[in-house]
Amino acid sequence: MTIFAELREGLRIAWSAIRANKLRSALTTLGIVIGILTVTLMGTAIAGLNRAFLNSVSAIGADVLYVQRMDWIIRSQEDWFRMSRRRPITVAQAEAIQRQADFAQAITPVAQGGQRIQFRTRNADYVAILGTSEAYAFSSGAGLAQGRFFTAVEAEGGRPVCVLGATVASNLFKALPPVGERVTLGNRNFDVVGVFEPVGGLFGDSGVDGQVLIPLNAYLTAFQSNPDVVLQVKVGGALDLDEAREELRQIVRKVRRLAPNDPDDFSINQQEQIVAAFYSIAGTIAGVGLFITGLSLFVGGIGIMNIMFVSVAERTREIGIRKALGARRRTILLQFLIEAALICLLGGLLGLGLAWPITHGMARFIPATLSPFIAGLALAVATVTGLVSGFLPAWRAAQLDPVEALRAE
Amino acid sequence: MSLIRLASISRRYQMGGETVHALRDVSLTIARGEYVAIMGPSGSGKSTLMNLIGCLDTPTSGTYHLNGTDVSGMNDSELAAVRNREIGFVFQTFNLLARSSALHNVELPLIYAGQPAAQRRERALAAIASVGLTDRMHHKPNELSGGQRQRVAIARALVNAPSILLADEPTGNLDSRTGGEIMGLFAELSRRGHTLIIVTHEEAVARHARRILRIRDGLIASDEARGEPNAPLQSLPPVLP
Repeated sequence: MTIFAELREGLRIAWSAIRANKLRSALTTLGIVIGILTVTLMGTAIAGLNRAFLNSVSAIGADVLYVQRMDWIIRSQEDWFRMSRRRPITVAQAEAIQRQADFAQAITPVAQGGQRIQFRTRNADYVAILGTSEAYAFSSGAGLAQGRFFTAVEAEGGRPVCVLGATVASNLFKALPPVGERVTLGNRNFDVVGVFEPVGGLFGDSGVDGQVLIPLNAYLTAFQSNPDVVLQVKVGGALDLDEAREELRQIVRKVRRLAPNDPDDFSINQQEQIVAAFYSIAGTIAGVGLFITGLSLFVGGIGIMNIMFVSVAERTREIGIRKALGARRRTILLQFLIEAALICLLGGLLGLGLAWPITHGMARFIPATLSPFIAGLALAVATVTGLVSGFLPAWRAAQLDPVEALRAE
Repeated sequence: MSLIRLASISRRYQMGGETVHALRDVSLTIARGEYVAIMGPSGSGKSTLMNLIGCLDTPTSGTYHLNGTDVSGMNDSELAAVRNREIGFVFQTFNLLARSSALHNVELPLIYAGQPAAQRRERALAAIASVGLTDRMHHKPNELSGGQRQRVAIARALVNAPSILLADEPTGNLDSRTGGEIMGLFAELSRRGHTLIIVTHEEAVARHARRILRIRDGLIASDEARGEPNAPLQSLPPVLP
């Protein structure tokens, strides 16, 4: 008997057996439905989180080093206390570093604080205000949707101009074009010269969309005369990032007047650190997800195994007849394996059908879509679950003695 | 050469720590074209003998040559192939697959024989026609009468052109008129040259056969020939493949 004909006959038998026991098959496969639902949602959520994260993090730039007082990733309370006692990086130090680190493509100082923003009657409290130089447009890589970035002259002169993040602009101005309008930051007026393109990101709102940029000199006079400055150093492709990091470290040490034996009293951060931290968290989430999924599929698989044993017991006579007519053990084994796999496959399809609208709901929070890969994976997992849990019952069916089987009621 | 040759066949079972001797040193030959009835009270060993002849079971000792091949030492898979090729079973309870149509039931042995679909369909249709059920072939077993079900079973037994038609109490679940029709069909098959072995405990059924074997306590108690076995009628073209 050819394997193809065997598969066809197996499918035919399985289909008629499932149709003959609709309710039982449906209840049996419920565990698989839930399992596949979890697999799919988990997979989609993780893929969505990854995408959202990469969107957010790409705004940072892979070749940008951040010189600042503290690490981005702080692993213990002691570290936090130690770093929080560090001296701020002053504007004068930032300027000195800028002058000396001539290997960099661009160096952008950033001072940050929170202020109330108001346009006519609309306002928002504690919006992030970044004081920076004209180089920010280049080093951040963020594009402008309207208007322009402030110029070197405006930056140098500390002119009261600002560029709005996309969310700030849309919340404050609704449909009005913001460029040319005047907003109040704290208690000072600023002219809007540009609006950033929306960046999006984790939970639909990355930092960039929610901030307002003004010239650093304007920031110093208006809000904070002695801020803690962060330097964004865009290394560019010409230099190895690790070498640049080391060179930068030495320059900052010199500017901060550290003795040779003193430990660094500043941090140099880069995108990679966040990425690594994120992937370790994402890995944990995936691991937990996999465990939950595995558990529900395991329970589902036991249900399948149980019902397949019942099915074999009920159809002992049929197995005897088939054996008398010339069915081999392999044929019977295949028949019941196909039945178990088919039940699970149908459960998998049902699970995908339920997951589909849910992922649409998830798409409101993270950029999640049910990818063909995850759908295919879910169906493959369902089928394999069926094959694994159906194997023991199918094996028992195949081993039945034809004489005994024919005698069964 | 004899179609069936059993030499010193014994079959023992273990039952609750006790050894049951179902068959003791039975030797028997049956030639092609014979019409044999096997009789005996329940527990005599006649079912065991039928199972052995039908290759559903293997002997504890002794040899069984079927169609010149020693089948007594074959494994499960080889026996399945032999059953498929050489034996056509007809059971007391018909043993049709309840969820399949008459036609699919008849096709089943051909599926297991690995025949291509077109050829399968053709031969199954011919077998159904030969038992006069063409107009009911798409019915499920529960839509057929007892006699019709048994005719489907006979068509299924014959569809693979087996060497032996092995019937176990074929009229046991039928009324006497339908039983008579089935025995008439067997007589017709015998006349066409088929080898028939019928296991029964009814004298009236056994008397249709040309040879009656009586089994008692695992032994052949008597072997009675009732006239010459039918010579195959060469002039009649076989209806069945």
